[in-house]
Order: sequence, then structure tokens, then C-alpha cells
Amino acid sequence: MQRKTIFPQKGLPYLLLAPQLAITAVFFFWPAGQAVWYAFLRQDAFGIRTQFVGFENFADLFADPYYLQAIWTTVFFSVSVTVLSMSVALLLAALADREIRAAGLYRTLLIWPYAIAPAIAAVLWLFLFHPSIGLLGRGLNAMGVAWDYRLNDGQAMLVVILASAWKQVSYNFIFFLAGLQAIPRAVLEAAAIDGARPIRRFWTVVFPLLSPTAFFLLVVNIVYAFFDTFGIIDALTKGGPGKATETLIYRAYLDGRVNLDLGMSAAQSVVLMIMVIGLTIVQFRFIERRVHY
Amino acid sequence: MATLSLSGVRKQFGTTPVLHGIDLDVADGEMIVVVGASGCGKSTLLRIVAGLETASAGSVRIDGRDVTGLEPADRDIAMVFQNYALYPHMTVFENMAYGLKIRGMKLPDIRRRVDEAAQMLEIGPLLDRKPRQLSGGQRQRVAMGRAVVREPKLFLFDEPLSNLDAKLRVQMRAEIRRLQKRLGVTSLFVTHDQVEAMTLGDRLVVMHQGRAAQVASPMEVWGRPADTYVAGFIGSPAMNFLAATLLEGGGAAMLRAGPVIGFARAVSAAAAGTAVTLGIRPEHVEPAEGGLPLAIDLVEPLGSETVIHGTLPGGEVLTARLPIPASGIGATMPLRLPPEAFHVFEGASGRRLD
Repeated sequence: MQRKTIFPQKGLPYLLLAPQLAITAVFFFWPAGQAVWYAFLRQDAFGIRTQFVGFENFADLFADPYYLQAIWTTVFFSVSVTVLSMSVALLLAALADREIRAAGLYRTLLIWPYAIAPAIAAVLWLFLFHPSIGLLGRGLNAMGVAWDYRLNDGQAMLVVILASAWKQVSYNFIFFLAGLQAIPRAVLEAAAIDGARPIRRFWTVVFPLLSPTAFFLLVVNIVYAFFDTFGIIDALTKGGPGKATETLIYRAYLDGRVNLDLGMSAAQSVVLMIMVIGLTIVQFRFIERRVHY
Repeated sequence: MATLSLSGVRKQFGTTPVLHGIDLDVADGEMIVVVGASGCGKSTLLRIVAGLETASAGSVRIDGRDVTGLEPADRDIAMVFQNYALYPHMTVFENMAYGLKIRGMKLPDIRRRVDEAAQMLEIGPLLDRKPRQLSGGQRQRVAMGRAVVREPKLFLFDEPLSNLDAKLRVQMRAEIRRLQKRLGVTSLFVTHDQVEAMTLGDRLVVMHQGRAAQVASPMEVWGRPADTYVAGFIGSPAMNFLAATLLEGGGAAMLRAGPVIGFARAVSAAAAGTAVTLGIRPEHVEPAEGGLPLAIDLVEPLGSETVIHGTLPGGEVLTARLPIPASGIGATMPLRLPPEAFHVFEGASGRRLD
């Protein structure tokens, strides 16, 4: 369904597009272009001398064992957040899709976490898991579990994963619920008459029909875990203890803002940019093909 | 193949009663058509038999086994839905094989059965396609095929033809009838279309406001309708109803405008002076010299016959279907209402009087 609108003046369409283009140019193309340019420069910490170094920043980056470790941390973190938030959301959506009392209230409450800022979400989890002031943290210690996510690598990772996944559950829930409600009732009834029990019906009929939604959410969640969890990590662990929760985005921030190594930070931004472009391409390619089953 | 028996099936949604106690016994291999206007409870009845709704009271027995509390899966039934309800992500073959696979049948056996059914329904070349690549009629066949391969005890049809165009509907109607006869599977077919009902059913259940108004063979429903609702629902154009008062002896009744109508058989079940409704089908009205004068206000020529609408001297509206071309609007035509063609219903209850 493509309709062409013919404008009598040649200038009008450009004028109408101008605000959007200006915003994209100022807030995306300019900084992105600068990042790409900086990635090829090396600058001292005070910004006095700048030198063109070609691909040296990238070479250094991939030779750095800590950077490679950050890649693995990010992959582990992202996969965990995605799997956890999507499976919990799917479970909740499947439950909310049934005819239950006060379903409207239940759905509304489930959507709330999405409206909370990442830093606030992090503080909320901090109040739960802090070893000396957190409700659960103190409880765990009282029960004899040596709980301190500020010292223990695994515990730190667990807390940032929980907080990040929790924040994303609402978003996934909305999409899964909409997807579930779009499945015609009669199809499920036909499956019931064909002899499929609820669990089997879910995996053979409901889930395949949800797969376009699930794939879309998969990409969105990976992008979220890669790029939008900075606030949570910063508020909870600041990448620590050691480098246990230092993801790629956090590392780029540390190098640029804390270590004042703009060239390395820019090179990392370019790597991240390439990743996100790749993910977007995969998403569009795949969704175009699979959106109709 | 099996019998189906419903006894005292009731259904309430909240406080709204939808079914008021339906009793029905279906013989082995019989095709029962449940017909009624929308909202009469016919689909709810079918869904209760399928197990998709639970009855508020009463019991459902399939082949003598009480299935009232069982899941649809345990009832050994197959259902064809109005919008086909094919699994959109599966091929035609997978759609048809799904129920068999769940029952743990071996793949070669599944293939044999699906091929057999596909051949019978002439959908063999479509087995590898997805439902979205099929036309409405083809989807309908696949939905039938999915029911047939299961070899269930009972077929349930929920208005399966209402999404097809008129021509295809007539064709599929005949095919369903042929298929059902050939397989001999006991069937329950729900429709709001009286032509479908008349042509498909061994017996009809005419539903009205949650009750079975009449359960009988199509010809009996047409020839001896149990009440004014059934009389008006089956037959097109609908039966004419004239208010009248029963005369002494029950052999005649007087219309409001005065003319006395004699009956071929006297009505014995009601006393003289009872208000009655006289029913006569438009096709039984004859043009005759010296008959009741009908002031024509609408003429519908149908080619082989003509439907005329008009009013009698007493103000009653009357429709007649005549095998001759009729004179135009505003004219008056004398009509005879043959005594043997009258149905007599009690005025208050609408029940048939004999």
C-alpha cells in the first residue's frame, strides 16, 4: 500500500522533513562521525597534543585481554538478561491471557516497571540486596550465606542481571500479551479438539504463532542489554568488583570519562555501533521474511 | 460412529440463561441440523457437546459414555469451524496430521490416512501449501479433511459454509451431505440458513430462545410446524399469519374482517371463541374468481413465479407466491385460501392445534 503524494512546490517536502533531519544530524550523525574520527586519533589526557594513529587504537583494543574479557562479560550478561526477561514475560503473559479476575489491574501493574528510570530501578534493587541495609541482603547474611555483591563477582553479576531483566520484563510482557491475544480462539479450540493438552498446545500452536513477536523481542532485548543497562550497572556496581560486571558500554564510558583516553573510547564506540547496525540488519532481514507464517 | 444423547442441558452465562434444558437423542450415523436465528443458543449447544463450554446442568453422552465433565480431547470428536481455524504455521498435511500425531500414530499410517482423505476431498495437490496460500473453498476442504482423518465418533459443524460465496456454498453443502452419508459418521450441524437445514438434515432441531421449538424431519417441520415461530422461520417467503376466532365445533374460524374460513379437519383441542392464529404458506394461496380481494402493494417477479404482497380487507398483510405474472401495484386480486392448507395455532401460546 504505497501512495504517492505530489507536492506542488519542490521545497515543501524538504521543509517538512527538515526538523527530523536536523535532529538526526545534530544528535546522531555529528557525534557518530566525531566518534569515528576520534577512533583514529590519539590524544593526551589534557587534550593538548593530538596525533593520527590509523587503526592502532583498534589493534590495541583487540590485543587487550581485559577488553576481550569485557566482550565475554557482555555476552554472558546479555544472554542472561534476554533469556530471563523474555521467559518470565512469556510466563506472565500466558497467565494474564487467561480469563482471570481483575485481569485489567494485573496487567496494568505488570506494565509499571517499564516506566521507572534505570537508576531508580537500580536503587530499588540496591535496597533489596545491599548486605547491610538491603532487606534480602541482610536476610541472606542472617541465614549464613556470605552475601555481598560488592565483593563477590558472581553475586554482583546476579544482581545486575536481575535488575536489568526485571526492568525489561514489562516491555516484553506487553508484546507477548498482544501476540497471544492476536491468536484466534478457534485455532486453540481446534487444537484442543484435536487432542492437544495445554502444554502441548502451547509449544505446537501458540509458541510458533508467537515466534515473530519473540524474534523481534529477542533483538530488542539484546540491544537493551548491550546498550541501555549502563545506568543500572553504574548505580549498582560501577563495573566491579574488579571487572566482574564491566560490559562493553561501561568500559567505553570508563576509558573516555574516567581514564580520559578519548581515542580508545571512540574506537570502542565504533565497535559497538557496528554491532548495533549488524543486529538491526539481522532483525529487518529476518522479520521481513518471517512476519507472515 | 456413535450415538449422541443430551438430557436436560442448560447453560447460563452469569445470570443470563442461554439454554433452558435441551433433550436430544441422535441415532448412529444420523445428521442433525440445529437451526435458529442468531442468539438462540445453537452455537452454545454445539460447544457444550464439543466440551469447549461446560453445561450448567444436564448431561452429554457420546456412545452411551457420559462425557459431560471430560475435556474436548477425551471426547473423540472432530469439529469444523466457521472460520476454518486452520493452524496458520503448518502445511495442509501438518494440519491434517496434527490430531493423529498427538494420538501417537506412526508416520506411515498418518501419511496413508491423510492421503486417503486428501484424495476424497480433492486437495491432494495442496498438501505442501500453507493455509494462507489457499482460497476460502480450499481452506474449507482442508478443515473438513482435518476432521475426516481423525475418524471420530462425532462430527460437529459450526456454520462451516457461512464464509463461502453463494455458489460455493451450494456446492460444498452437497459435498458435505455426500461425505457424511458415505462415512456414516453421526453429525451435528449448526446453521442459521434454513435452506442448509432443510437440505442437509435427517432431522432438524429448530431452536428458539434457548429451547428446542421442534425436533423433526425437514418435511415434517415444514408440513406440521409445532408453533408459530417454527412456521415463520422455515419456508421462504415466510408463512402468512392471520388472527381469527375459532367457531363452534372447531371446523372453522372467523377472520377479523368477517369472512369465515372453513378447515379441512376440525380442530378439537380448543373451545369455541378461542383466539387462534391461522397460518398459510404463500405458495398455497391461489388466484380464484370470487376469492378474498387482496390490495397489492408490492410485486416481486422471480421469473418462474411472482411474489405479491398486499393487504386483505380486514387490514391483514398477506404474501402470495403465484406461478403466474401478476397485475401491478394498486390493483386488487381475488385470492382463494384453500382450507386444507391452513395451520391452526393457539393465539396466546402460538402452539399448534390439531
